[in-house]
Amino acid sequence: MAFEGLADKLQAALKRLTGKGKLNERDVKEAMREVRLALLEADVNYIVVKDLVKRITERAVGQEIMQSLTPGQQVIKIVNEELTALMGGTQSKINLVPNQPTVIMMVGLQGSGKTTTAAKLAGHLKGQGRNSLLVACDIYRPAAIKQLQVVGERVDVPVFERGQKDPVKIAKEALALAKKEQKDVVIIDTAGRLHVDEELMDELSRLKAEVKPHEILLVVDAMTGQDAVNVAKSFNERLGLDGVVLTKLDGDTRGGAALSVKAVTGKPIKFVGTGEKLNDFEPFYPDRMASRILGMGDILTLIDRAQAAIDEKKAEELEKKLRKQQFTLEDFLEQMQQLKNMGSLSDIVGMLPGIDMRKLSAAGGLDEKELVRTEAIIQSMTREERRNPSIINASRKRRIAMGSGTRVQDVNRLLKSFEQFRKMMKQMSNIERSIKRGRFQFPFM
Amino acid sequence: MGKIGLFERLKSGLNKTRDSITARIDQLIKYHNEVNDDLFEELEELLILADVGVNTSIQLIDQIRNRVKDEKIREAEKVKDILKEEIMRILGYNEEDFILKSPSVLLVVGVNGVGKTTTIGKLAHIYQNQGKKVLVAAGDTFRAAAIEQLEIWANRAGCQIVRHTEGADAGAVVFDAIQAAKAREMDILICDTAGRLHTKKNLMNELEKINRIIEREFAEAQKEVLLVLDATTGQNAVSQAKLFKESVDVTGIVMTKLDGTAKGGIVVAIKNELDIPIRFIGVGESMDDLQPFDSKSFVDALFDDM
Repeated sequence: MAFEGLADKLQAALKRLTGKGKLNERDVKEAMREVRLALLEADVNYIVVKDLVKRITERAVGQEIMQSLTPGQQVIKIVNEELTALMGGTQSKINLVPNQPTVIMMVGLQGSGKTTTAAKLAGHLKGQGRNSLLVACDIYRPAAIKQLQVVGERVDVPVFERGQKDPVKIAKEALALAKKEQKDVVIIDTAGRLHVDEELMDELSRLKAEVKPHEILLVVDAMTGQDAVNVAKSFNERLGLDGVVLTKLDGDTRGGAALSVKAVTGKPIKFVGTGEKLNDFEPFYPDRMASRILGMGDILTLIDRAQAAIDEKKAEELEKKLRKQQFTLEDFLEQMQQLKNMGSLSDIVGMLPGIDMRKLSAAGGLDEKELVRTEAIIQSMTREERRNPSIINASRKRRIAMGSGTRVQDVNRLLKSFEQFRKMMKQMSNIERSIKRGRFQFPFM
Repeated sequence: MGKIGLFERLKSGLNKTRDSITARIDQLIKYHNEVNDDLFEELEELLILADVGVNTSIQLIDQIRNRVKDEKIREAEKVKDILKEEIMRILGYNEEDFILKSPSVLLVVGVNGVGKTTTIGKLAHIYQNQGKKVLVAAGDTFRAAAIEQLEIWANRAGCQIVRHTEGADAGAVVFDAIQAAKAREMDILICDTAGRLHTKKNLMNELEKINRIIEREFAEAQKEVLLVLDATTGQNAVSQAKLFKESVDVTGIVMTKLDGTAKGGIVVAIKNELDIPIRFIGVGESMDDLQPFDSKSFVDALFDDM
């Protein structure tokens, strides 16, 4: 997961402070030296780092901390606050205008992921009930228009294109069409360009003057190095950005660019791209990201994702089934599939507070394969077997094992843990009932 | 387009840099006149700003410090030469030339959006111009319109292409391309692959499979695996190089997009930490803007007066 490397280092640097009852200036300075290196290794811009470390140090050695009973925690709190502030404080949304199409222009360097992001954004807005029109203004890169058409089709949003014509004209025509068809949003995909390419930057200025976009979003690759600030600065000076979309956050990047661009341009990160699928796209929350970096977990995003992935009606049904102890392997399978919709296991666990991902992977890590195996086993059962596992005898087990490419032991293990799970559920509902009746007793007492 | 061409091009590309390393170092040196700790600290800052990375920068500065002490250097001016020498030492003075026998097969890999397909178009152009028969394989069957993109480049370069449809098995494309390359007696086969983040296990496994197919089906060919890196990438490029090397034994690096303000200092870190030679650099958008890497020109262009 992105930021993991930075998180590890920062946490290690700050850990040494937490155990101490008293902190002196030297302790703080030493920790800050490591914080500085961690940030630099994460590609946070040199100047931004200098500034940030200075601010943290000032606050940390000042009054704020010396009088605290838990000075280490206090330092972490300061770092958390400063990181959050650095990334923009609160979440920034796209400003949709009423009664006319909101025009959004995507700009950025080559290969930052503009075309994919344009489609992801259209899909995201569609999920909120807004209909969009995608406009293909990348007339330079071979097959860029085709790419937008394909991804547009995948998110089921129409794409407007006029071949290799002047992008300004294309955008104008698209705008007229969008007005006629009463679209809510027009998303303009532009060609990737270097911020030092006068001619192409000029084209963007003309495009801006002509279509007067409500939002200009700069698409930035999260793996960008020290140059990220130059790029963001140039685009901002030239066009006046409204926000940033950070892409490719699903790699192991330490995401320093995320921490720098806001600081140098003052423009907030509005969205992040977190994977290759077109729904791997989320609003960006600076506070949540800061706590994730500091290993404080990100329960809020987890809840958001759960809400997006889990069908509420089904969840209610499930709850009923659990209560009545009618939970079957079929339901279990469904649960697993919903869990998968929420992202990879390590991603999910990474959002839980208090879990040290490094220790976890040292202990063998999360076995995503185990999930796949379990799924295969259940899928190799007949419907009858899933509903009533007690009929599974030795010969059925052999068949299931063969069908799923596993061993009989694996099937046994699954059945056993399922049985335990059911028992646990039974006890839970017993407890609940006892509480209601006012005579609560632990089952093992 | 010999080395002078490259040198000029690189310089003109780097000239766009508003505050180039050189200009700033010169400024520093003028300001300091004599070697002191401030100078070292600021040199370190410059290296880090050029994406050379914390480890390699600290290592470089330590070496310079030692040499300044041993050789009793006083003038700040000389420090620049030493820095240049030390970077040259890392990049390698006389890296042997990158020569492809016939038949050869190039597997081009990298993360998303670094410019793999474009690089292949330019490589095809270079070798086709040298009178070699080039075949490209459209192995990026994942990204929308990647095949069409490569096809356009192949047309421009005037080379042949083997393609399947989007969503096809990349391994099968490469397999077919190898058979075609043999049957048509091609000199060079260049295989495109889908961009993949180096942390995606299953995608890296797919790449390993493609690599195995090449080894098994085209054992007689000289095999080169080129990793394409974006010059704007920061320290993550080291992680990319490391993981790609682990899975498909990368034999060379192509650094693209050096015509922006990114200094591409990351190549120094990669050479230092992983010892993978840099083979080509991309300094512009046109067909001729892919150049063989020459460490001397590269360092000169970074440090000479402009």
